[in-house]
Amino acid sequence: MNKTPTPEGTNGRDPNHHHPPTEVESVAPPTEESWRDWPWALWYRQTMAILRLEIKRNFLGRRLIAVYFLSLAPISLLVLRALLPLHESELGNPGKASVVFAILYQAFTLRLAIFFGCVAIFTNLFRGEVMEKTLHYYLLSPVQREVLVLGKYLSGVISAITFFGLSTAACYFLLYAPYGWTFMEEHFTKGPGMSHLFAYLVVSLLACLGYGAVFLGIGLYVRNPIVPAGLILIWESFNFLLPPILQKISVIHYLQSICPVSLPAGPLAIMTEPTSPWISVPGLLGVSILVILASSLRVKTLEITYGTD
Amino acid sequence: MSNDTVTLDNVSKFYGEVLGVNRITLNMTPGITSLVGPNGAGKTTLLNLICGLLRPTRGKISVLGIGTDHPERLFTKVGYCSQFDSFPKGLTGFDLINGYLRVHGFPAKEAEQMTWAAIEKVNLTDAANRRVHGYSKGMRQRIKLAQAISHNPSVLLLDEPLNGLDPMARSEVIGLFQETARNGAHVVISSHILHEVDMISDRVILMNNGYVVAEGDIHGVRDEMEDHPMQIMVRCDKPALLAAHAFQQNRAVEVKLHEDGGGLVLRTRDADQFYLLLNRVVLDCKVGIEAVAPTDDDVHSVYQYLITNDGGKL
Repeated sequence: MNKTPTPEGTNGRDPNHHHPPTEVESVAPPTEESWRDWPWALWYRQTMAILRLEIKRNFLGRRLIAVYFLSLAPISLLVLRALLPLHESELGNPGKASVVFAILYQAFTLRLAIFFGCVAIFTNLFRGEVMEKTLHYYLLSPVQREVLVLGKYLSGVISAITFFGLSTAACYFLLYAPYGWTFMEEHFTKGPGMSHLFAYLVVSLLACLGYGAVFLGIGLYVRNPIVPAGLILIWESFNFLLPPILQKISVIHYLQSICPVSLPAGPLAIMTEPTSPWISVPGLLGVSILVILASSLRVKTLEITYGTD
Repeated sequence: MSNDTVTLDNVSKFYGEVLGVNRITLNMTPGITSLVGPNGAGKTTLLNLICGLLRPTRGKISVLGIGTDHPERLFTKVGYCSQFDSFPKGLTGFDLINGYLRVHGFPAKEAEQMTWAAIEKVNLTDAANRRVHGYSKGMRQRIKLAQAISHNPSVLLLDEPLNGLDPMARSEVIGLFQETARNGAHVVISSHILHEVDMISDRVILMNNGYVVAEGDIHGVRDEMEDHPMQIMVRCDKPALLAAHAFQQNRAVEVKLHEDGGGLVLRTRDADQFYLLLNRVVLDCKVGIEAVAPTDDDVHSVYQYLITNDGGKL
């Protein structure tokens, strides 16, 4: 940015605005040869440029109101809880809070908030631009379509983990707040507090990566992503009723395996061995990469026919 | 495929069963090429095909030797001012161009300099820090042009670039196109403002219903249209005498005398021979000539002849 540092130098212009340089130098565009010589540097610059444009859009878009609501809703509940006096049975058993948090996290944050947050953020990355008729802005650039998909995907992941990572951490602290500072200090320094929180944040990140890839792909391949999103929600929600082999074809199965506190699945559940984190984490990342590659193939053949979309 | 031409080889595009363009074969050399045709003629489809926003159902397209399925190479050479009048939300004019150049991969400093250079070329410097969504139609058109030229492309594709511009801005923008073409670039303009296209084009591609109906220098195209006699207006003091000579020498198929008796409009199948006859009549019969001008070798007339069955009437 060509910002003028001193008021004297602004010539009465707003220093927060861009101003033309006094002399415009003639700049040769990057040649194909130089780009071929340094593809990683170019791809990095392009990815960063896409990230800058997309992250702003991801946080300010009107469609993201639902995401704000989903990430703030559990915080609001726990703020209320922290303001009200705790029941005696709860006060006497602070260990129960970890189970309460596990229920809140797995039932609401993971299955609803992050799920629908990712639907809103990631299906919007390409489908939203088609609806707003702005996708040609990127498609008229000399950017590898894989780089475009990666840039948009990373912007979605950064936005989603900002929303839900902060929400998860805030909820975790708020849940333990009524027990007092001394308990919290002990829980986080000597107890399992910090490792649990870290594990929940990792699960949130993996959920954003996994669901994000799936919904980015759906936004590219399907005109109305709501129907497949609904079907996936049903599949993920009732996954525990499925035979063990089918349970493994879901994101939630692997995420639950990494959660630090496991919950009873209920009387109707079909018990399945939890998958080792050494398989869950690379497995989720691998599937996400495959879906992103498939999305790139779709973008390579994408046509701009806004009128018919 | 040639490395300095824009080449379309038997290109067709169908939207389902709807024809976009059909069997287009073109070879565009540097200079200003105009695509002319009514709504639905296929002009925008053709431009979108050339820049890879659409994929041809059949045929091949090459832009300076680059296939349109290689956007990472294509758009280092191509700038496109599309008809799409929508922009990413929340961006100022500066952000729009600068972001576009950053996505190209230009480093920050170069991108900023090039952004200002492009914005200055379209005279939008004062509005550069305002949000594009608040721009007038003409300003939006100019910022799209700035985006198209910002990376100094060798091929500039412009879809109705004069829409929404006032006469002064049109004149400036046309000057910009001419300068770009003089520097050796291909400038392909789709427009329905025929007289302006006629003035600036090195060649014209006439389209109708998805087909190219004629291409080339507009006067050359007109000369080859033997089915439509050339229409020539002569202002002179003895129009009846001139008409008589023209019919006598079989150089006119139809003549209409002006009501004021000061001239005539004549249709001839051989304009060159008529002009020779006119010279002789002027010398032999002492005819005073005030003006001589063909009246139907402009883009509009040629286009009307080509897309209608109207044989032309005086």
